[in-house]
Amino acid sequence: MKTADDTQPLWRRRRLPAFGRLATLLGASIVVTAFVVAIFAPYLTPYDPFAQDLNLRLVPPVWMESSHAAHLLGTDQIGRDYLSRLIYGTRISLLIGVLTVITSGLIGVTIGIVGGFYGGRVDALVMFLITCRLSIPLILVALTVVALVGSSLTVVILTLGLLLWERFAVVARTTTMQVRNLDYIAAAQAAGASRAHVLVREVLPNIASHLVVVATLEMALAILLEAALSFLGLGVPQPLPSWGLMIAEAKEYMFFSPWVIVTPGVALFILVLGINLLGDGLRDMLRTDLRHRGW
Amino acid sequence: MAPVLSIANLRVSFPRMEAVRGVSLTLRGGETHCLVGESGCGKSISALSVMNLLPRSAVRSADHIRFHEHDLLAMSERQMAWLRGDKIAMIFQEPMTSLNPAYTIGSQMAEVLERHRRASRRQALDRAAELLARVGITAPGMRLAQYPHQLSGGLRQRMMIATALMCDPEVLIADEPTTALDVTVQSQVLRLLRKLQQEMGLALLLITHDFGIVARMAEHVSVMYAGEVVESGPVEQIIKAPTHPYTRGLLNCIPVPGMTKPGEPLGSIPGGVPHIGRGFLGCGFRERCPMAARECAEPVHLHDAGEDHFYRCRLPPDWKLDASP
Repeated sequence: MKTADDTQPLWRRRRLPAFGRLATLLGASIVVTAFVVAIFAPYLTPYDPFAQDLNLRLVPPVWMESSHAAHLLGTDQIGRDYLSRLIYGTRISLLIGVLTVITSGLIGVTIGIVGGFYGGRVDALVMFLITCRLSIPLILVALTVVALVGSSLTVVILTLGLLLWERFAVVARTTTMQVRNLDYIAAAQAAGASRAHVLVREVLPNIASHLVVVATLEMALAILLEAALSFLGLGVPQPLPSWGLMIAEAKEYMFFSPWVIVTPGVALFILVLGINLLGDGLRDMLRTDLRHRGW
Repeated sequence: MAPVLSIANLRVSFPRMEAVRGVSLTLRGGETHCLVGESGCGKSISALSVMNLLPRSAVRSADHIRFHEHDLLAMSERQMAWLRGDKIAMIFQEPMTSLNPAYTIGSQMAEVLERHRRASRRQALDRAAELLARVGITAPGMRLAQYPHQLSGGLRQRMMIATALMCDPEVLIADEPTTALDVTVQSQVLRLLRKLQQEMGLALLLITHDFGIVARMAEHVSVMYAGEVVESGPVEQIIKAPTHPYTRGLLNCIPVPGMTKPGEPLGSIPGGVPHIGRGFLGCGFRERCPMAARECAEPVHLHDAGEDHFYRCRLPPDWKLDASP
């Protein structure tokens, strides 16, 4: 369906759909590429990411002087192939992103829907939980937990998952409140639907589009937090090729071999940018979707 | 004939108001009973309390609410859920918002039969297509695959009716089913409801604010005002000889062929619905009533005007408004 805005010449439009679409497409292709790379990592990497070659330490990438054609992105301080480590690093970032979002999504959406649907005292409790969560300093608590329990991939995922649910809860709660009083909820109950059925089959699909947007943003946040934790030495343990860990290990050599810190940094930047662009695009698509339906 | 649904002395109260104050009505198989009154008089709340779908803050009590011989007041939420949509179905006022935008028409219709009859998706969709054809929707197969936003208001309301009939209910509660539709579609939907009711022997509880619809559809009517049934009886009786001042006022507001003189303005009832708090006594209409007197502030009993016609007013059945000012 065309809106009045769409018939205007491009420079007169209030929104620039072409640019927005391009950005979304860029974000989507970055994310898809990252997933493909992560899944097929063993087939894409030229070397074992853990194999050391002390004869070839801190080899620069191919476009610089005194590089080796065999190591496209050079090697790190103990001679591990940087490209292979970067590719395996995608796995860790995405694994953490996806699992954290699933954990925090389950917690947040459950709490939010229940609070939004039942209202009253239940909702007051939910709001209290959200406020409590918001007053917890995220990084400090994550650091403390990891320091106490010991660092491992599982611990990082669980810690972040248990801490990052509040935006899910807030969005699920408000959108559920909007949906709750619509007639089709009453109609479903009048047709004999149980409470659980109403929450899962009637409410959830109608707020899912909002939750998808939150999921992308939370995923980007989780990936950044993992990098930060790993950089501080309290995230993913060595010798796993996490991007944050790569930056941390590289910081001693950044003066003479700056690429060791720039490469994982750029990778992190591109992935997070891609996820955020995709999230923004999804949000805009949702908005036009709503307008087309005449809501 | 034994009533299918009978409600006795239903009361529903909210924290700050009494929404329904002692409503009784009986509904027989194959009969249409209209609940008529202006907005806020407790019609919808009465209907929702039969289904036990009231808002959480509402408190419901009654001497009994019976479906055949089952007491709905004593039923658990689970038992009620089994009854809803199966034996007692309901359609709502707004066909635009009564359908879940996330599912196709077919999926929403089929779900009811799958839930109550443990039917397969295939069987349920066949039944849905059959009912869509029956409510006059052409190309039901195509409609089943469509989403609600692809349908017009009239089509949606037909589809809502078809959904309500999926399990062959005995009682159909229709809460202002045609209010949101334009007049021509309204008339088609009413004709359809009438036809289906006769074919299926449904007991229809029709909620409306339009006496025109009452005259067209119902055998029996209960006029509600401020949470009470102020007058009830067979439709011809009520239209021929309305007794309660409110009923007379309502009937004065609509043009009746042969009775309203051309050029003469239609009547209106001055004032608005009062707020009924806890401990309110007497007739709720007394502030707007041309015949109000001091004794109207005392509890008013139901009077029998004969032939199943009851009214709740101190006046005799044949009272006349004094012509002198």
